[in-house]
Amino acid sequence: MGKETTYINLFRNYREVLRQYSAPLMDAKREAAIGLFEKNGFPGPGDEAYRQCQLNGLLEIDYGMNLYRMSAPAHPSKVFRCEVPSLSTKLFFVVNDVYYPDPKPQKLPQGVLLGSINSILRDHAELMAAYYDRLAGQSTDAFAALNTAMAQDGFLLFVPAGVEIEQPLQLIQLFHGEIEQMANRRNLVILEDGASVKLMICDHSMTRNRCLSNQVTEVFVGEKARLEYYELEMTHPYNTRISNTFIDQHDSSSVFVNGITLNNGVTRNNLTLRMLGKHAESQLSGFCLLDQKQFADYHVSVEHVVPDCSSRQLYKYILDDESRGVFAGKVLVHPNAQKTSAYQSNANLCNSTGARMNALPQLEIYADDVKCSHGSATGQIDESALFYMRSRGLSEQESRMMLKFAFVADIIEGIQLIPLRNRIHNLVGKRFRKQMSACAGCDIC
Amino acid sequence: MLLEIKNLHASIGEKEILKGLNLSVKEGEIHAIMGPNGSGKSTLSAVLSGNPAFTVTEGTVRFKGMDLLSMPPEDRSREGLFLSFQYPVEIPGVSMVNFMRTAVNEHRKYRNQEAMNASDFLKLMREKKALVELDNTLTSRSVNEGFSGGEKKRNEIFQMAMLDPILSILDETDSGLDIDALRIVAQGVNKIQTPQKSCIVITHYQRLLDYIVPDKVHVLFDGRIVKSGDFQLAKDLEKQGYDWVKQELKD
Ligand SMILES: Nc1ncnc2c1ncn2[C@@H]1O[C@H](COP(=O)(O)OP(=O)(O)OP(=O)(O)O)[C@@H](O)[C@H]1O
Ligand SMILES: [Mg+2]
Repeated sequence: MGKETTYINLFRNYREVLRQYSAPLMDAKREAAIGLFEKNGFPGPGDEAYRQCQLNGLLEIDYGMNLYRMSAPAHPSKVFRCEVPSLSTKLFFVVNDVYYPDPKPQKLPQGVLLGSINSILRDHAELMAAYYDRLAGQSTDAFAALNTAMAQDGFLLFVPAGVEIEQPLQLIQLFHGEIEQMANRRNLVILEDGASVKLMICDHSMTRNRCLSNQVTEVFVGEKARLEYYELEMTHPYNTRISNTFIDQHDSSSVFVNGITLNNGVTRNNLTLRMLGKHAESQLSGFCLLDQKQFADYHVSVEHVVPDCSSRQLYKYILDDESRGVFAGKVLVHPNAQKTSAYQSNANLCNSTGARMNALPQLEIYADDVKCSHGSATGQIDESALFYMRSRGLSEQESRMMLKFAFVADIIEGIQLIPLRNRIHNLVGKRFRKQMSACAGCDIC
Repeated sequence: MLLEIKNLHASIGEKEILKGLNLSVKEGEIHAIMGPNGSGKSTLSAVLSGNPAFTVTEGTVRFKGMDLLSMPPEDRSREGLFLSFQYPVEIPGVSMVNFMRTAVNEHRKYRNQEAMNASDFLKLMREKKALVELDNTLTSRSVNEGFSGGEKKRNEIFQMAMLDPILSILDETDSGLDIDALRIVAQGVNKIQTPQKSCIVITHYQRLLDYIVPDKVHVLFDGRIVKSGDFQLAKDLEKQGYDWVKQELKD
């Protein structure tokens, strides 16, 4: 219990500081969470869910934490250039784990709450009590528990019943600063019945230092609500991202999730979706482009609790050099979830003998009247296609790039926000051409 | 001499397929190569275009005076060699337009020319599509994906027209084409051919040669050119098959 002790001691030693700087709702969840963390510890070698994910060395680093809530010297919008400008989004920042509002406050529809989770939980405690930690609190994941114990801020979005927000919202999560840091970012997204929102969360880093983001996002999607949720990671080899996302969706709601790892160090994404209301539909998709020693591990779990829902998962990996990928996609269909339609597909392109991919599809179906299918394939670039292209005068490099592009084309095409789709298209091209700097969008390093 | 093949030996894996092949093609000449299934015709076209699946173990090939075998496939193409594949490859996710734009511009870059602008490129595409009466919708799809057999062959000749090669190798371009399509495609080839350009036509049937009239006809058998002649040879083969050639070889 070596590494754990450091975190537990930190928690005990700063217990008063945590209380002083955070909303009572957040503080109320800490003891139970640290208890769970103390009991389970970080996942060890015997922990099935983390067997392929070696985080040990990365947890031992003596990270700094911003327990006293210091703000960054300059507003992030001054130093950070957004790589997705044509989106004309409403833009918000979390630097390390401090929330910064849009410098030019924009009008949002009546009743919408958007901003620092810490402030909103304080100001709207009664409304938020039903949501905060309701999903993460049911998880046994050690990282989620550590986040609940330590988190002090992050982003919150509440969209009241029937309200549609047309313009996409964009949250940029940044690392910035001179030291090695850990950020326990906490996000909460609530769509009441009939609400509709397009949210994009981008992870960047503006420091060369090793940083660890341990983030938890809880998402509630009410009846007939519609959510488009995009995640884009564009960090660098010194960055570690451990992310737990929990989504609950209700009757006739629709959830579209797209997660792209464009550049990273070590990434573990747990995405847990529960379909709790009939006629709900979900589409979860994404891809990881990995090279050098990059590592990305997606654990996606879709749970069909009630009948008549449909879910689709489509995840792809392209691996070069010595990179490693893990995809564990789970579909769980409860006994009474008849007429479920669940589809899962995972395809991977391994371009070097040093690259490795572990695919772990898992279907648990306890209902009999269902349509479920899954497939997983790992292969190489099609040599005959490569030769065909070269025989027309395309260089080998260009041909390989086009074939890689083609491999993820269906996921890019599936992005519903057209400006974002075009932007992703460009960024992927830059990535393949190795024109992407380690910390794209950064002006200062 | 545009192309000069001397004592070419090539294998795939442990298996030798070309066993000392000689062939010379002058500027402006059209050569037909015929021969039984499995004799090595497609292997020859693969080796000439640089398919890395095959290994050349002996022999030389000079193209425009250059050592062809030392060049990567893309440079062979940029120098004006074109292969119309017997089995064109499907490439899902790569659009025809993007594929051709990249190809044309890589050729231009090789000649130190600027990339073609979008409107000039579209004009060129329109013009060349008309040449082989290629269905408009095909170029907006992924390369060869879901194309019918005939559409694939037509698409090969469309690409040939786009890239304007000096030496084209047509590997059974006639197979899969219906009677009208055969005429259209063959006439397309003839329009692309100028007096300096050469063509190697691999086929099993005389009917394509009625349109693309060869200066020379060769029989490829067991990895070698065993007989050469004029158009009459093609007619004889069409009537009598290969047995008499094999018999001649034995005697
Ligand atoms: N990839 C391969 N692996 C093993 N053998 C091969 C391969 N490609 C070709 N061959 C063999 O090489 C020989 C020559 O094949 P090739 O395709 O060159 O014949 P061809 O003359 O073009 O025949 P066809 O008239 O049927 O097109 C055949 O015996 C074939 O089976
Ligand atoms: Mg053949």
